[in-house]
Amino acid sequence: MSAALPARDLQLDTTGRLKHFLTIEGLRRELLERIMDTAESFSSVTEQTVKKVPLLRGKTVVNLFFETSTRTRTTFELAAKRLSADVLNVNIATSATSKGESLLDTIRNIEAMHVDMFVVRHAESGAAHFIARHVAPHVSVINAGDGRHAHPTQAMLDMFTIRKLKGGFENLTVAIVGDILHSRVARSEIHALNILGAKEVRVIGPRTLLPAAVESLGVVTCHDLDEGLEAVDVVIMLRLQKERMSGAFIPSEHEYFARFGLTGKRLSRARPDAIVMHPGPVNRGVEIDSEVADGHRSVILQQVTHGIAIRMAIMSMAMRPDREGQSGDRLA
Amino acid sequence: MSEASLDVGTLIDRLETALREEIARRELLDPVMIGIHTGGAWIAERLHARLGLKEPLGLLNISFYRDDFSEIGMHPQVSRSVLPFRVEGRNILLIDDVFYTGRTVRAALNEIFDYGRPAQVVLGVLIERNGRQIPIRPDCIGGTLVLKAEQRIKLTGPEPLALSIHSV
Amino acid sequence: MSERILVKGGRVIDPASGLDGLHDLYLAEGRVVALDVPPDGFTADFEVGARGKIVCPGFIDLCARLREPGHEHKATIAGESRAVAAAGITTLCCPPDTDPVIDTPAVANLIREKAQLTGTLRVLPIGALTRGLQGRDLSEMSALRSAGCLAVGNAHAPLANTLVLRRALEYAASYDLLVVIRPEDPHLADRGCAHEGPVSTRMGLPGIPETAETVAVAQVLALMEHTGARVHFAQISSGRAVRMIAKAQADGIPVSADVAAHQLHLTETDIEGFDALCHVRPPLRGRADREILREALRDGVIAAICSDHQPHEPGAKLDAFPATAPGMASLQTLLPLALQLADEGVLTLSRALAALTSGPAAVLGLELGALRPGAPADICIFDPEECWTVGEDTWLSDGRNTPFWKKTVTGRVTHTFFSGRLAFGH
Repeated sequence: MSAALPARDLQLDTTGRLKHFLTIEGLRRELLERIMDTAESFSSVTEQTVKKVPLLRGKTVVNLFFETSTRTRTTFELAAKRLSADVLNVNIATSATSKGESLLDTIRNIEAMHVDMFVVRHAESGAAHFIARHVAPHVSVINAGDGRHAHPTQAMLDMFTIRKLKGGFENLTVAIVGDILHSRVARSEIHALNILGAKEVRVIGPRTLLPAAVESLGVVTCHDLDEGLEAVDVVIMLRLQKERMSGAFIPSEHEYFARFGLTGKRLSRARPDAIVMHPGPVNRGVEIDSEVADGHRSVILQQVTHGIAIRMAIMSMAMRPDREGQSGDRLA
Repeated sequence: MSEASLDVGTLIDRLETALREEIARRELLDPVMIGIHTGGAWIAERLHARLGLKEPLGLLNISFYRDDFSEIGMHPQVSRSVLPFRVEGRNILLIDDVFYTGRTVRAALNEIFDYGRPAQVVLGVLIERNGRQIPIRPDCIGGTLVLKAEQRIKLTGPEPLALSIHSV
Repeated sequence: MSERILVKGGRVIDPASGLDGLHDLYLAEGRVVALDVPPDGFTADFEVGARGKIVCPGFIDLCARLREPGHEHKATIAGESRAVAAAGITTLCCPPDTDPVIDTPAVANLIREKAQLTGTLRVLPIGALTRGLQGRDLSEMSALRSAGCLAVGNAHAPLANTLVLRRALEYAASYDLLVVIRPEDPHLADRGCAHEGPVSTRMGLPGIPETAETVAVAQVLALMEHTGARVHFAQISSGRAVRMIAKAQADGIPVSADVAAHQLHLTETDIEGFDALCHVRPPLRGRADREILREALRDGVIAAICSDHQPHEPGAKLDAFPATAPGMASLQTLLPLALQLADEGVLTLSRALAALTSGPAAVLGLELGALRPGAPADICIFDPEECWTVGEDTWLSDGRNTPFWKKTVTGRVTHTFFSGRLAFGH
C-alpha cells in the first residue's frame, strides 16, 4: 500500500542500464554476467606500463565513508584512479555527522562540489538507498557496504573469482560459514549465487548467528561444519567480530574455532578441488586456520586483486553520461 | 571509387602492397601487427598471415579510450585488449577497417602508448573516407571513398568480409 | 454559547445502543436531547442535512501524540486540533512521553487547558507510570488521579525490572487507575527497527521479534492476577499476543487491548525499499499477524482502533531507515482505514465504528461514545462514499509523515460537533 519504489527501479534506468549499484537483489543474470565480462576486460589494464585508462577522465568520485574501512576504500580509490577519475576521500566516521550535521546535509554539501559518483559505506542498513533517492539526477551511488544489508561489489568480486576458477555456477555447491546474521557480504553473495544459478547455497553457523527465516533467502541451513562441508565446491568463510563474544552470540573464540573454524582436516570433507574464500580481514585461529588461509586452496589474495577490476567495471557501468539517451557510432 | 569497386579482396591486396612498400621504405625490422576491434582485427588477421609476421597478432579494444564516454556512457559489450608482445621500442603496424574522423586511431595510439613506447607506428586502413576531424592520417590505404555527411560505411564479417554503405 | 441543532435525515449508527437507521438527531445545550421527536418548543438555530451520510458518536482515540509540551517543533495542540476535528475525533488520550513527562498534575493540567482553549476536543492525559518514565520510581499516581488522569502508562519506556512492574501495578490498583502498557521487552527488542522475519532478514534490518511483545504480555498477565490491577495493552501487533490476551479475558482477567489502524492494513513488506514512512513501533508484522488482529477486532478481544498518531518534522524521516524516528501521522486516515475493514468484509460497519466509539469508551470507563439523550453532543458526520486524496490540500496535521500521502482513501468527515459546537464542517 505504500509509496516506496523497490530497489530494482532505483538501480536501473528505463533502458535497464545501471544507474546506481545498491544491491544484488532483483538484478538480472545477464547484468551480473556483463559486470564480470567487463571486469575481465579491465584485467588487461594491469598489464599495461601505465596502469590506467582515460575512461572517466574529468569525472569526480567521492569515497564517502561513514564507517572506517581502509581496505575497501583503498580498492575503490585504486579502481577509480585506474579509470582516470579524480578521487576525493571523505571520512565522516569521526567528523560531520557527529557534529550534528544530518546525513542529507552532508550529501548536499559534497554534491555542491560538482561530483559525479558517491561510493558509500555506512553502518546503517538502507543508507545507500536513502542517498541514491536524494542525490541529484546526474550523480550515481555505489554501495560499498550498508549495515547488515548489502555489500554488492564484494559479492561481485567473489562471483568473478568463482567464475574464473570454476568456469560457471550451475553445478556448484557453495557453503557460507559463520556470522550470517550480521553479514552484508553473506546477504549479497546469497542473492548473487541464486541469480547466477548455483546448485545449492548452504549457510553454516550456530543458531545465534543465523538470521530469522534465513531459508527464505534461498539457502539450506546447517549447524555443523563437518556435515555442511560435505561435497562443497566453494567455501566462503566470514569474519567473526570480537563483539559477538559479549553479545551472548557465542561463548568464546576457542569454542567457536572448535566448532566452526576451518581446518585442513575439516576442509578434506569438501571436494578435492574446493576453493576457500574470505572477504577479509582474516582472523587467523578464530574462523580459519593459518594453514588453510595460506594453503593452496585459498584464493583470498586473488579476491583482493579481482576487487579492483570488478570495481572498475561497476564504476564505469554506473557512471552517468553527460547527455543521456544517445547512442551509436560517433567514432570511426 | 564507385560502389562496384568495394571489393574487400581487392582492397586487402592493395593495402598489403602498400604496407610492403612502407616497410621496405622505412626499413622496418621485425614489425608486429595490431588490429583494432572488431573490423580492423578481421583485416589484420588476413594481412598478418600474408606478411608472414613472426609474432602473434595483437588485438586492441579501444572502448576504454574512446573520447565519447561522457556523451554516451559505457559501451555495453567490451572485450579485452590482448597485446602478446612487448610494445617498447617496437615497429608497429596498426590496422583498422575504415578511417573516418581519426578519433579511433587517436584512442588506439593512446592505449598503445600506455603499454609502452614504440619505435614507429604505421597506420594501415582498408578504406579512407572523407570527414577527418583531427590531424591524423593513414600511411597505407586499400582505397579512398567520398561519401555524404549522413552516409556511413560498415565492414561486416568475419566470414565473408563485405563492405556496405547506409545512411543514418 | 452552544446552539440548538437539528441533524436531519442521516443514517444514525450508535454502536453502544445498537441503533442503526435513518433518524433526525436533536442537539441542545451541548448535549444530545432527542431522536426523531423534537422536545417541546425546540427550534433549531441551524440544520445540518445529513442525507446519504452517517451520523455517529465522535471518535475516541486511545493514543495520539500532539507533541506538546516539549516537542513543538513536531506539532502543537492548537495546530493538531484542526486535524483532530477533521478526523471526527472528539476525545483523545495523550501518552505521557511529553517533555516534561506527564508525571505531575501541572503537566496534565497544562495539556488539558491547552486543549480546552481550542474548544474543539477533549484531551485525556495519561499519567506516567514511573517518575520521568525512568522505569524506577513510582510517579505520584494519587495526585495524577486527582488531576483527572484516568490511566497511567509507560508509553514506549521500559520498566527497570519486574519488581518495579509489580509494584507499579499494585500501586495503580490502589487508586483504581487503569494501567496502559505498551508491551515490549526492551532486551528482546534490542536495537531492532523492523519485524524479525523474512523481510528484515533480507533487508539486513535489526529485527524486533514477536517474542518482545509476547514475553512482556505474559509478565504483565501473570502479575495482574496477583495485583488486581486493570490493564490495557496498547497497540498490540502480534497474533500470539492477541491469543494470550483472549485467553486471559476468557479467564476473567480485566484486560483490554487496542490496535493501531495501520497495523490492520500494512505489513512487513511495506518497508521494502527502506520506506521510512512505514517505520513504526511496534513494527509492521506479517500477514498472519494482521489476520489475527482483524479477527480479534471482530470478536471483541481488541476493543478499540487507535490512530497512534505521531507527527514528525520532515527531517525525522530523512535518514537511513534504522536512524529515522518511528511513527506515522495518522489522525485523518483513522476513519478511512476503519471503513476499509468494513468494505473488505472484515467487520460490520457498526463493529468498525464501535472500535472508534463505544469500544474505547468502555476501556476508559467513560460516559462518552454513545448517542443516548443526555450524553455530550460529540458527533461525527461522515460521507462513507467520498474519496479524497491525502495531500497538501486535505491534510491538516503538521506531520506529513504518512505512507498514504498522495493516496486516495474512502470516507470523509463532513462535520464534527464537540459538546454541541461545530468543531469541523464545510
